[in-house]
Amino acid sequence: MGKFVQLVVDGLSTGSVYAALALAIVLVHQATGLINFAQGGMAVLSAYVVWSLTEQGVPLIVAILLAIVFSIVLGAVVERWLMRRFERGDPDTAVVVTIGLLTLITGFAGWLWTYNNQQFPSLFSLDTVSFLGVSVSQRSIGTTVVIVVAMVLLQLLFVGTKLGLALRAVAINPQSAAFSGLPVGRLLMVGWGLAAALGAVAAVLVAPQLTLTPGMLDNALVYALAAVILGGLTSPIGVVLAAWMIGILENLAAVYVPFIGFDLKVAVPFILIFVVLLVRPQGLFGRKNVVRV
Amino acid sequence: MTLLELEDVTASYGPVQVLDGVSLSVPEEGAVGILGANGAGKTTTLRAISGTVRAGGRITFDGKDIRGLRPDQVAALGIAHVPEGRGTLGDLSVRDNLRVGAYLRKDRKGVDEDIEYCLDLFPNLRERITSNASALSGGEQQMLAVGRAIMSKPRLMLLDEASLGLAPSTAKNVYDAIRRLRVESGIAMVVVEQNANLAFTLVDSATVLETGRNALTGTSAELRGMDEIRRAYLGG
Repeated sequence: MGKFVQLVVDGLSTGSVYAALALAIVLVHQATGLINFAQGGMAVLSAYVVWSLTEQGVPLIVAILLAIVFSIVLGAVVERWLMRRFERGDPDTAVVVTIGLLTLITGFAGWLWTYNNQQFPSLFSLDTVSFLGVSVSQRSIGTTVVIVVAMVLLQLLFVGTKLGLALRAVAINPQSAAFSGLPVGRLLMVGWGLAAALGAVAAVLVAPQLTLTPGMLDNALVYALAAVILGGLTSPIGVVLAAWMIGILENLAAVYVPFIGFDLKVAVPFILIFVVLLVRPQGLFGRKNVVRV
Repeated sequence: MTLLELEDVTASYGPVQVLDGVSLSVPEEGAVGILGANGAGKTTTLRAISGTVRAGGRITFDGKDIRGLRPDQVAALGIAHVPEGRGTLGDLSVRDNLRVGAYLRKDRKGVDEDIEYCLDLFPNLRERITSNASALSGGEQQMLAVGRAIMSKPRLMLLDEASLGLAPSTAKNVYDAIRRLRVESGIAMVVVEQNANLAFTLVDSATVLETGRNALTGTSAELRGMDEIRRAYLGG
């Protein structure tokens, strides 16, 4: 029993990292209608900024805050100077551009900081807290709490604020939104900036565990995309729940289903997606698009 | 006092010249119709005003040159474009669509009052207030599109084919409500309409476009009396 609970708790903590990245992807999708495959790459870049600053003796928390500011600017710049050229055209082209951007960022980070694994300082202590025979690291608890807070803030942003409403309106129909006076370009930059900040948070949370490399979040991106599809593209809460489910299930499957083991556990979320989408094509929590003609 | 003035406005989509010198004058609180066949340049004239196509010539609103402004800048000056195809935001509820319309306003109380006014003007929307716009019927979507324009408290509304694709009785309802809006709010209007009979219930004067130029301009009464207008646009 203790082992089972331990696996669940660990899964929750890894799931939280997928969740953070997934939330960033949902945010960009809500604001621009497209999936940003470079979200993980941009986040890694932010983590390198944190790492470089701490190497220079800047306190970790200050470095993180600076990196978040850097990320907001990075996101806005990428939107304004790169994505803007493709937003009016074929959405498939824009998605491919984000994949290209991921490759570019990874290469750039490797060139500048090498592909060696770098030790990354942890925001939370590794000390464990024992609870009902389960030991949980403060890092796991901290990671999960940060993600829950981010999720709640994002949900509030979308449904409770004028900015959130404007972001959604722009994503649905930019031209029509402009007819109501919405500054479309500026709102798109804001959406990308916020998403990049969220990605930076994800990278900072996971980097101590994985150690920092240019491709650090490639795997996490795959899981995050799985969570996005599973949870439904329109629901921050759904996406976080899906990410946790994936984190927990892959842990359990690796241990309790002998033929899966640690080698095949990456397949678990996709088997789950396959089953879920057969029954609910809009994802577990997504809203169905009703189109009336 | 003239609110909107177009002088010799030109516009093209790539190599295709669509507007070849259109002029239009809309007085404060006035309503002017634009009639004409498909491809005559009616929609493009509205798009030139709202900044969605690049235009040549002169476009002045309230004495200010607005040619070359972005659509959101034009909207901020008090021009609300209700586009062809309605442009409602499908994934948002009726209420949220109306709130998007009020994006530039800061007076919360006034916004709530105007939402109430829209629901009063279009009672169908009241029952659908929490529905997604994409789930509405064509007529309801048109009402919502006009409602969203009302929410921005415009001085001028550009209405593009508000009757398109609607059953005749629905189209009449929509126009009845717009006429009431015009009387109660004093919003000036530019009305593009295929159905000239409907247009003449709303506008004081109109211009007929042919291949991107003004072919005829006159008051509603004058135009209604002309044989060629009757033959071409009023069904005999």
